[in-house]
Amino acid sequence: MSMLHLIAAQDPGELQKGLTAVGRGIVYGGAAIGPGIGIGLVVGNAITAMARQPESAGVVRTTMFLGIAFTEALALFGFVLAFIITG
Amino acid sequence: MNVLALEFPPITHLTVWPTGPLGFNKVAGIYVFATIATLVLFMIAGSKKQLVPRGIQNIAESSVDFVRNSIIMQTIGPDGLGYLPLLATMFFFIFFSNITEIIPGIQMPANARFGIPLMLALMVWVIYWVVGFIKQGPLHYLKNSTVPPGVPKAILPLVSFIEFLQILIVRPFSQAVRLFANMLAGHLILVTFSVLCAALFAAAWYIAILPFSFALLVFLTAFEILVSFLQAFIFTILTAVYIGSSIHPDH
Repeated sequence: MSMLHLIAAQDPGELQKGLTAVGRGIVYGGAAIGPGIGIGLVVGNAITAMARQPESAGVVRTTMFLGIAFTEALALFGFVLAFIITG
Repeated sequence: MNVLALEFPPITHLTVWPTGPLGFNKVAGIYVFATIATLVLFMIAGSKKQLVPRGIQNIAESSVDFVRNSIIMQTIGPDGLGYLPLLATMFFFIFFSNITEIIPGIQMPANARFGIPLMLALMVWVIYWVVGFIKQGPLHYLKNSTVPPGVPKAILPLVSFIEFLQILIVRPFSQAVRLFANMLAGHLILVTFSVLCAALFAAAWYIAILPFSFALLVFLTAFEILVSFLQAFIFTILTAVYIGSSIHPDH
């Protein structure tokens, strides 16, 4: 029997559970890619700015946290969505 | 009702927590604690008013100074100092209800439930709409916040629509979800590593992995102190930014 037949012969509830888990993983993993790159850019540029002008570190730090917060929101939406998905 | 975190509650308690009489549960208790802790901190600090601050007064003064200098002055400017009481109490309330995540015996961040973060975000929503309406007038507020300067005429309807959705839905929703999801994620990570440590603690070969797992648990607990401070800071600073955008329109 091929792999597909094996899958089809199983209990459909089990299959649905497994696919739900896979879907959750894909949703969160996909949602984490963009914010990961984005936070890297934000923090990297903030560090460059702070190293060039240490006297403006206060403003840069505040703006950096703001940028992180806005970028991170997308990853967190993915995190919440992964919980919302039910099989 | 499992109040003390002395044994692992069932995994369903992550999303549904059993309630006691009148719907009062552990999370509500933590919120009562956070309210009283914020109140007591500032009551004690304000009762003496020594010229040279010591002890609790010192903590309260330096934290008010922190909220003033690194939140309000950086985002709103000098005319936002009237919002200092709101932002300082908000900061401390969120911080105290987050920090219970790592206090032994409680081990539950109250903000890992969606209710109070959502209420706080809706409160902020009401505040910045009302402030915008009062400071700029309803029509000017809507125009200034939905028509960004320097946008080509062709894509202006799309941009305006997005900006309008931004101030109507996206801001409170993302603010609430950010606080809630950060705390829930941190709590989940700590739960995962605690369960792992408990499962590894057995007379078998895999007890050799336990020190690494436990060291990571300790490290993550320290990391969660940072996160609970940072989330309180970010929630407060976003509130300040939203109020600031209602006071000063972009030119």
